[in-house]
Amino acid sequence: MSQVAALHADVLEPAESPLTPESWGKLGMWIFLAADAMSFGALLAGYGALRYGSADWPIPSHVLGIGLTAFMTFLLICSSVTMVLALASIQREDMAGVRKFLALTILGGLMFLGMQAYEWSHLIHEGLGLTGNPWGASLFGTTFFIITGFHGAHVTGGVIYLSCYLIRSLLGRLQPRHVNQIEIVALYWHFVDLVWILVFTFVYLL
Amino acid sequence: MANTAHKQPNYIGVFWWLLALTIAEVGVIFMPMARVLIAILLVGMALTKASLVAMYFMHLKFERTTLGLIAVTPLLLCVLLVFALLPDHSATPHQTGAAPAPTAPPPSR
Repeated sequence: MSQVAALHADVLEPAESPLTPESWGKLGMWIFLAADAMSFGALLAGYGALRYGSADWPIPSHVLGIGLTAFMTFLLICSSVTMVLALASIQREDMAGVRKFLALTILGGLMFLGMQAYEWSHLIHEGLGLTGNPWGASLFGTTFFIITGFHGAHVTGGVIYLSCYLIRSLLGRLQPRHVNQIEIVALYWHFVDLVWILVFTFVYLL
Repeated sequence: MANTAHKQPNYIGVFWWLLALTIAEVGVIFMPMARVLIAILLVGMALTKASLVAMYFMHLKFERTTLGLIAVTPLLLCVLLVFALLPDHSATPHQTGAAPAPTAPPPSR
């Protein structure tokens, strides 16, 4: 390599991310999650303003199935644990463990989505709609479907994102050197769990 | 690029805490307590659970402080938004239960 080419190679070498020395991708994911958190925050703040400004807002725990959603919360917490175990496995270079825990995390996400579909169809059958319901303020249904639907879309995205890595792993294209990529997908999945913890409290329990 | 090299927290221990707090949350709503007290307890437990996930599962406890500030910013903005919406909430007549204030007569000249 000539001296000029070597100089250019030095100049083009990307600098290390100042906040996340592991990778720039991790910093990118954190910034995306911060922006996404603002979306959820705005939805929850709007929910609060509409609810406490309404005289006939139904008490959610009297209308929504708390037992089922508490179990859904438990499922997401379990899937977060299997996700960190997948990360721990790739850090130990145990690729069979990565496949096992990624598959379990995806299974947790799919079970969550199945239960949410059951919950929605049950509530719709009972009369909960976007524009009205038998229990009180019509915006109760609107806010419920928008917030839980927005979260459900995130879970769906997470399941697809995780499935890509499981397929790569099954094809032998995921190696221990890709540990940073697993850490980034894990950040996304834990965020989905974190948001559900808040949605469960503010939309179902309060 | 450097590899991830921080110590691993006790993930199973965190899981048990999250499970215990979830059970406590469901139990609290059936307790014969003032609604405000129930709300304070529920919000406190939810924030504790969210912090446990962020600190240990998302490893924020082991990251640089500036990254933590990026993560906390949405929460601060959300609190700001809630306070910005408060005037709308308190201006709703049926919520305050107060009769509309009588308008003062125009000053006579």
